[in-house]
Amino acid sequence: MSIVMKSGEVPRYNASERVIHWTVAITFILLAASGLAFFHPAFWFLTSLLGGGTWSRILHPFLGILMFAFFAVMAVKYWKENVIKPYDREWGKRLSDVINNRDDNLPEIDKYNIGQKQLFWVMVVTMVLLLVSGLVLWRDTVFAFPVLVVRISAVVHAAASFVLILGIIVHMYSAIFWVKGSLRAMTRGTVTHAWARHHHPLWYRRITGNK
Amino acid sequence: MTMQSLSVERRSATTTTPPSVRIASEPVAKLIDISKCIGCKACQVACMQWNDLRDEVGTTTGIYDNPVDLTDQSWTVMRFAEFKNPDGKLEWLIRKDGCMHCEDPGCLKACPSPGAIVKYGNGIVDFNSANCIGCGYCVAGCPFNIPRISKKDNKAYKCTLCSDRVAVGLEPACVKTCPTGAIQFGAKSDMVKRGDKRVGDLKERGYQQAGLYNPAGVGGTHVMYVLQHADKPSLYNDLPLDPKISPWVSLWKGVTKPLLSIGIGLAVLGAFFHYVTRGPKEEEPGSH
Repeated sequence: MSIVMKSGEVPRYNASERVIHWTVAITFILLAASGLAFFHPAFWFLTSLLGGGTWSRILHPFLGILMFAFFAVMAVKYWKENVIKPYDREWGKRLSDVINNRDDNLPEIDKYNIGQKQLFWVMVVTMVLLLVSGLVLWRDTVFAFPVLVVRISAVVHAAASFVLILGIIVHMYSAIFWVKGSLRAMTRGTVTHAWARHHHPLWYRRITGNK
Repeated sequence: MTMQSLSVERRSATTTTPPSVRIASEPVAKLIDISKCIGCKACQVACMQWNDLRDEVGTTTGIYDNPVDLTDQSWTVMRFAEFKNPDGKLEWLIRKDGCMHCEDPGCLKACPSPGAIVKYGNGIVDFNSANCIGCGYCVAGCPFNIPRISKKDNKAYKCTLCSDRVAVGLEPACVKTCPTGAIQFGAKSDMVKRGDKRVGDLKERGYQQAGLYNPAGVGGTHVMYVLQHADKPSLYNDLPLDPKISPWVSLWKGVTKPLLSIGIGLAVLGAFFHYVTRGPKEEEPGSH
């Protein structure tokens, strides 16, 4: 399939994809900030972001529902492109080259590399765990759960958040700072030909038909 | 409310030393002698009167418990249990339920809001409702199922052991009103002695399993019971045999807190140092 491109750009995310992504991103930041504040007093100052401790407690669950709903759309939309393939594993074996920016002769990969794909599946799992444990912790729900279930949910919620936050730190670092030319895919919707050819050659050929 | 006039030993969600220059007063305790309780509920009335609480008038459910459970408006409730002892005789076991004021309070450990729960130098565990955010973590942390969240303001409430009265040298309202002397108040060491003496009396009268309920699993409590059947506290409307802070709560609020926080900090630092040592990843120049 070949796409006509203006001014030498390769489209990566359309407007609705970008809106969905940034809705998840913004709610995530607010959730992580308020959640960390409840987790450790060192982060208590982050309650200011949502207007204090009580407002953080009130808003956190609603933001959580919003994040889950929008992420669910992403999960349905992107899961096929995130199935891990043999060439991803080959690419992953050269992790130290990737980390040290020795990108020559890396195996050719499609729209996402194995790190991105693993983050996708980590997000699928943690989002479900966070939703389920979060509903248990949410006192305003009509359900009253046995105290043991509440206690276990608190641990699950903290552990899943930790994994998700670590994953998003790697995601944000890679997209914003490390891999130059990535951020515009999510802000403007396009990447350069050079970027696409360098990082995702299979995807590049698949959508442009170019060599 | 927090009493400025009392030394603070522990403060929720606080990693620095709480205000504690005042000489910590002698640890206090309330001793509830169940063998002397007649179930008159004067303590419930005194508690409501002193603390300006008025619960909704409930409905009879076929038992003497009224109200049937602790609420944000009822910080103490008499729980009635009928027990047929091995001699075939009926014993009416009436337990005044309420906050046990644990030496190691699960509510305080679980609370995320700085200063919403304090433990004074005298052992009283108090909720400072002005700092409460209404998350309900104290409910999950409590081994005795005591705190109740108000539907009106979403704050947690429970017995204060009349910290305001104790701060000015008065005994708690329930102690003052108890007509049989079943509730006593004083230095914890004195209350333990008095409890032990009463246990000795009860044993002489045939209650071989009588004992003082001051559970070690929570470091002891500042509300203690004299039980006729200390080997089976569950007879008294499910008083736990060996209460302790749940291992799930310890895991949640113990080692994971600093470890995961440091982990997140290290991840951010790691990313930063990766950038300054390895630099960004850029495609070949001029290959546009």
